[in-house]
Amino acid sequence: MSLKVDIVFTLNGAAVRASVSADANALVVLREQFDLAGAKLACGEGECGACTIIVDGLSLNGCLMPAADLDGRRVETIEGLWRGAGLDPVQKTFVETGAIQCGFCTPGMVMQARHLIERNPDASEADIRRGLEGNICRCTGYRKIVDAVVLTLRAARP
Amino acid sequence: MSHADTPRVIERHSVIGARVPKLDAEDKVTGRTRYVNDMVLPRMLHAKILRTDRVHARIIRIDTARAEALPGVVAIITAADMPKAGIGVLKDNPPLKSDKVRTIRDELAAVAAESEAICDAALRLIEVEYEDLPAIFECIDALKPGAPVIHSERPDNVAMVHEFVHGDVDSAERASDVVVEGKYNVHYVTHCNMGVSCVLADIGVDGRVTLYSQTQYPYIMKMDIAPALDVHPGDIRIIQPPVGGAFGSKLDVYPYEPICVALARKARRPVKLAFSRKEEFIASPTRQPVEFTIRAGMTKDGILTFRDIDTLLNNGGYTSWGATTPFVTMRTCSSHYRVPHVRYRARAIYTNNPYAGSFRGYGNVQATWAIETHMDKMAEVAGPDPVAFRLKNANEPGDVTPQGARLNNIDLKGCLKIAAAKSDFVSKWARYREGWNSNSRVKRGIGIAASLHNAGGAKIHKSDGCGTILKVDDYARVTVITGASDIGQGIDTVIAQFVAEELGVPMRDVTVIANDTATGPWDVGVHASRTTYIAGNSARRAARKARAMILDQAAKQSNVTADCLDLRAGHVVQADNGVVVIPLDRLLRQMHFAGQDATLVMVTDYYEPPSQPEDKNHIGDMSACYSHAVHVAEIIVDTLTGEIRVETVWSVQDVGRIVNPVGLEGQIEGGIAMGLGYALSEELKIENGIVRNPYFRDYHVFTAPQMPRFDLTFIETADAEGPAGAKGIAELPTIVIAPAIGNALYNATGLRIDHPPLTPEKVARGLWDRAQAMKRAAE
Repeated sequence: MSLKVDIVFTLNGAAVRASVSADANALVVLREQFDLAGAKLACGEGECGACTIIVDGLSLNGCLMPAADLDGRRVETIEGLWRGAGLDPVQKTFVETGAIQCGFCTPGMVMQARHLIERNPDASEADIRRGLEGNICRCTGYRKIVDAVVLTLRAARP
Repeated sequence: MSHADTPRVIERHSVIGARVPKLDAEDKVTGRTRYVNDMVLPRMLHAKILRTDRVHARIIRIDTARAEALPGVVAIITAADMPKAGIGVLKDNPPLKSDKVRTIRDELAAVAAESEAICDAALRLIEVEYEDLPAIFECIDALKPGAPVIHSERPDNVAMVHEFVHGDVDSAERASDVVVEGKYNVHYVTHCNMGVSCVLADIGVDGRVTLYSQTQYPYIMKMDIAPALDVHPGDIRIIQPPVGGAFGSKLDVYPYEPICVALARKARRPVKLAFSRKEEFIASPTRQPVEFTIRAGMTKDGILTFRDIDTLLNNGGYTSWGATTPFVTMRTCSSHYRVPHVRYRARAIYTNNPYAGSFRGYGNVQATWAIETHMDKMAEVAGPDPVAFRLKNANEPGDVTPQGARLNNIDLKGCLKIAAAKSDFVSKWARYREGWNSNSRVKRGIGIAASLHNAGGAKIHKSDGCGTILKVDDYARVTVITGASDIGQGIDTVIAQFVAEELGVPMRDVTVIANDTATGPWDVGVHASRTTYIAGNSARRAARKARAMILDQAAKQSNVTADCLDLRAGHVVQADNGVVVIPLDRLLRQMHFAGQDATLVMVTDYYEPPSQPEDKNHIGDMSACYSHAVHVAEIIVDTLTGEIRVETVWSVQDVGRIVNPVGLEGQIEGGIAMGLGYALSEELKIENGIVRNPYFRDYHVFTAPQMPRFDLTFIETADAEGPAGAKGIAELPTIVIAPAIGNALYNATGLRIDHPPLTPEKVARGLWDRAQAMKRAAE
């Protein structure tokens, strides 16, 4: 058996603790120990972005981050976006523009989009495309995803 | 008059053509959707497959003893634990191999254990002893006398042959003023579904099998997989949770599926088997690679006289649907443009390479690359420009093609003209080619390509039908159980639109269920751009039957005829003025709770399109309708690095009628992205039978910054048979874009690359070689 590490962190706003294998990655722990299956395992090598989560305000590939390093951090997953009032604005525009087909990339894509919006409210379309470069979608051709982010940003501007 | 007495009036409101979001979008955008990959059943085990590291070898011994002793291992199987039945189109692929391995993906043994990590550890403990055999990787080598034999049942290594002849090609060639020859080798690519291959098997005490599957053809799959499980097809239930993309990759039974069932049977526990991404690249089907040799003739006026096409298909070690892609390739070769004399031959040849399955566009992606590149070369000779040459040879409505396709309701000329006009094609084309010999590093080019595809199903089985079961409950909520499969394309939404339209209920009151062979009526499967057309027609017909039941009852109660009434926004209304007669839910309850006269609104429908299977000579009107798409691509070429940037794609497609612009645009744009990868960046590199780039970082699917600007135009020809006039749409964009890119490269630089993908390396080398050749010619 591999070495276990006890960690405490904030998950979607709530304090949680876990005992994780030293060699486990964050994605596996979120999916298997917390039943948060929104982030997807699609490559396991940081090449597709389907497991994107936000850790201390940075977007990361959950599959590359050691689970033990979650200790003391603030973690946001797709499940944390739909709380209280309703869908997040970027989730709403994803639905309305048709940015979703099979949906397997969608949770990662939405988390990355959220991150871009927070980081750079003035992002141009080219900035958005560059910002989504690490997230592969095989269904949509990306335009509707980019449109969703552009429209969300536009609606948020005064 | 008091407010209560004011007759309430409801206007007619159509949801056909409306921008309706996908029904499953909210679950998907919140991460609530659980795919097969996310599923967990109580006491579920994980499974992994031991694959070979040889490309052709006799198996001497497989020893699983050490692996079986590993704590946490529950079951290990080899070929001895499974029925001796092959799977695939020619049943030549035993799920676990016992005599020899023929490809690098071959399955030797499989482990079910408490975790994937234990599975991986167990696989490392299995010992395999081989005797290597001489291997072959190219079709021409496999055809040589004395070549190593891949399957002893087929000593000539020929897996499948397709031939078609129409007219007299030899006489036509003698009568031609110009004959143009070409060779086109199209490459290996793979689906890259974001959701990797995954299956979950659960066996009942009575031996019945439940499969949680990503399959695209659940009803026929039962028949195909049954012999490999040694169960009756009727004792197999296939449940289809949401699927992370399929694109044709799940239209056959592949070894991991019966293997997973055999493990579950041996372990007496549910077993889930999921691929790693690397495994997905190595061990899932590819697109069929094809070597085309084409001769085509024309008169001096540029009228096509004949096509003579010979193709070799590298079949790899086993036969899945790739070997049958000639059914579709042949259609393009014989029927795309008017060609009076045609000869076509396809031979699928066994080698020690991986094998191909079906993939969006089927054999037409390959065919359209070859035919449209060749047409561009012929246009270069015939003049005056690529559009005029194509217009001169375009099919007209009413044409019956050499293979018997009745092109009754098509508009290729319209598509060509609109695409050319919107892109300002002819003037740009003339201007850009003047830059061939300029010294500027960056050059601009524009290219055009057209395509023909079935758009009303494809009758490759005895039936091309789909069934529907529809009920309307006491609250006027509608449940539609369709045989169709949803693989992310959104058929549930389209069906709900058709049903909501007929029954006059809000979209949110329609629930579409498309996920279980135990409840669903039969369907061929989701392929061949058929589902909106076939499943849509069936759902629409079922809804019309329910509508008739409801309106008949309402008419009886109000002493009018049913045609005086309509259904709108959950009410029965007077058709002429929209005045409400009765809320629909109240009427339904009156029908239901009527003692011995009780009626529950439940209807069924099975729709069989009016198409014909091909006869043995490959003649038959196999689709209920056909369609064209024309793409124009404008590109920028960096002649130093060889990089091509696609700036704009103009797409003009005959869609029959727009049902849902959101879904339609999504299919076109996504199809273009996939086709751009085929044209420019994607290639599964296979050297000596080994996949050299089984990772996204080395395979190169398109990402957001690489995508061009889209300019989409839809032509609505309103197909008489199609649901609300709609045609199938989803394969054409993937089929047609690649040759438009190749033709644009030629327009920009004078360089022709006949073998995609047009990678920077190939383009830079080609331009260098061309410059050297011109320099030598000048000296």
